[in-house]
Amino acid sequence: MARYEAVIGLEVHVELKTRSKIFCDSTTEFGGAPNTHVCPVCLGLPGVLPVVNKTVVEYAIRVALALNCQIAEFSKFDRKNYYYPDMPKNYQISQYDLPIAEHGSLEIGEGGEAKKIGITRLHMEEDTGKLVHQGTITTTPFSLVDYNRAGVPLIEIVSEPELRSPEEARRYMEKLKAIIQYTGVSDCKMEEGSLRCDANISIRPVGSGAFGTKTEIKNLNSFKALQKALAYEIERQKDVLEEGGRIVQETRTWDEGQGVTLSLRSKEYAHDYRYLPDPDLVPMVIKKDWVEDIRNSLPELPEERRNRYVREYGLPDYDAGVLTNTKELADYFEQCVTACPNPKAVSNWVMGDLTRLLNANNVEITGCPVAPGQLASLLRLIDEGTISGKIAKKVFDEMFATGKDAETVVKERGLVQISDEGAIAAVVNEVLEKNPQSVADYRAGKDRALGFLVGQVMKATRGKANPKMVNKLLKERL
Amino acid sequence: MITKKDVEHVAYLGRLELTGEEKEIYTRQLNDILEHFQSLQQLDTGKVQPTAHVLPLKNVFREDWVGQHMSGEEVLANCPDREEDYFKVPKIV
Repeated sequence: MARYEAVIGLEVHVELKTRSKIFCDSTTEFGGAPNTHVCPVCLGLPGVLPVVNKTVVEYAIRVALALNCQIAEFSKFDRKNYYYPDMPKNYQISQYDLPIAEHGSLEIGEGGEAKKIGITRLHMEEDTGKLVHQGTITTTPFSLVDYNRAGVPLIEIVSEPELRSPEEARRYMEKLKAIIQYTGVSDCKMEEGSLRCDANISIRPVGSGAFGTKTEIKNLNSFKALQKALAYEIERQKDVLEEGGRIVQETRTWDEGQGVTLSLRSKEYAHDYRYLPDPDLVPMVIKKDWVEDIRNSLPELPEERRNRYVREYGLPDYDAGVLTNTKELADYFEQCVTACPNPKAVSNWVMGDLTRLLNANNVEITGCPVAPGQLASLLRLIDEGTISGKIAKKVFDEMFATGKDAETVVKERGLVQISDEGAIAAVVNEVLEKNPQSVADYRAGKDRALGFLVGQVMKATRGKANPKMVNKLLKERL
Repeated sequence: MITKKDVEHVAYLGRLELTGEEKEIYTRQLNDILEHFQSLQQLDTGKVQPTAHVLPLKNVFREDWVGQHMSGEEVLANCPDREEDYFKVPKIV
């Protein structure tokens, strides 16, 4: 049996969060009653004139620069003609042969092994309307159309076919998402559709330079779906080839429920968009000083920030990677470190308890009930020995639930750590008296018995005894 | 040279149903049009830059502000069929 390798390229669509649409002044706001966020231009009524939203061009250049692309000096819009009612004009305004940017790249390496994935092009286009079906798609005789989303600005980012596995594809998407979020031009929410991905995939015998016939997979709404759909499609194509068949070039959809890709339509005939330059939109000549202004306004990007965390804060590369994965989390971390200059402790809390509670309550870091300064105060209480690390977790849970300050929770609950040697010694003596068997076990060499005795002291003090002191006093007496 | 097959293809892309007679007529007419434009080939364009647009304009932009939307009834006034506030079209999968 021949060994195969996968050849994967991704087409990623990103909704830009401008106020108004790309060619008219209708709002881009998500949702709204059907067909209320529309005007004559985005409804494609006769005689209207689309005009480019300057902020869309600026945002596209922003992302293109963050992806190391070359910005075109001359760029234009084209009409992509197709027969489908999601656009009222029967064409979508997009960019064909002169996109705003080309020849970029993205590093997807993890740890030491860097791998650079080429970005073929980045272009601007308008989003389509949404089709709604009553009942199931197979039984309803009609489609209902809502054009609120028609004309919302998109950028499409096309990668070179340089991804070789579903894992690499997922990593590429994660990196791309992080970078775009850092540039601040999109929310990049896959579940809400502001970040969408189609995958082109073929397989070929290892060592072959030629490409096999590819299929395009749509409906990939999460990183998990992307990875699973590609893994499935690789196996499916292998099976077809092993049985002596040939791959049909077609569009397939990922069925999350069944965990399979299904054929949508043959692409051989339908793929005829008859692009033509849009006569309503005049060309763009992009001035160098505009590009430089945008370049200078770019924030520190994830890769730089990650390196700085290792260099400046002495964090392990793993921590730095997790913390800088989104700009919001990294901002939170830094505000915390400013107030409590113990980066590793802050990192542990942010990656540990904070992330756990955010996930459990389905809250974004931007909506975190514990402000960075409040977390910093909690960590100071631990440093000063006012509370133990274990109690701190309980305090943190309550801070998260109520939004109260660490000091308030500690005071209200009477959780101040007992560091009075005399008080702890009394409890220690009592515990030793009550547990002669454990004392004997420890003396007979069973170290585990010490843990039990420490636990008894903590229990008697409701977790408030200073653990270091408990250990010290127990050992002295044993 | 445009063939009857080209006409059928273009008609399919535009979802036009043509009779046999119409296909013959359009094939002939489209060839006539192309032939007419062939005369442009006689011009020497060696020193002319390719153009994407006939107007001497570039960089026409608008600022990112939200304006007036159309009222619901206006939006749907000319649609052949509707259901509540949606345009209603034959199912296309």
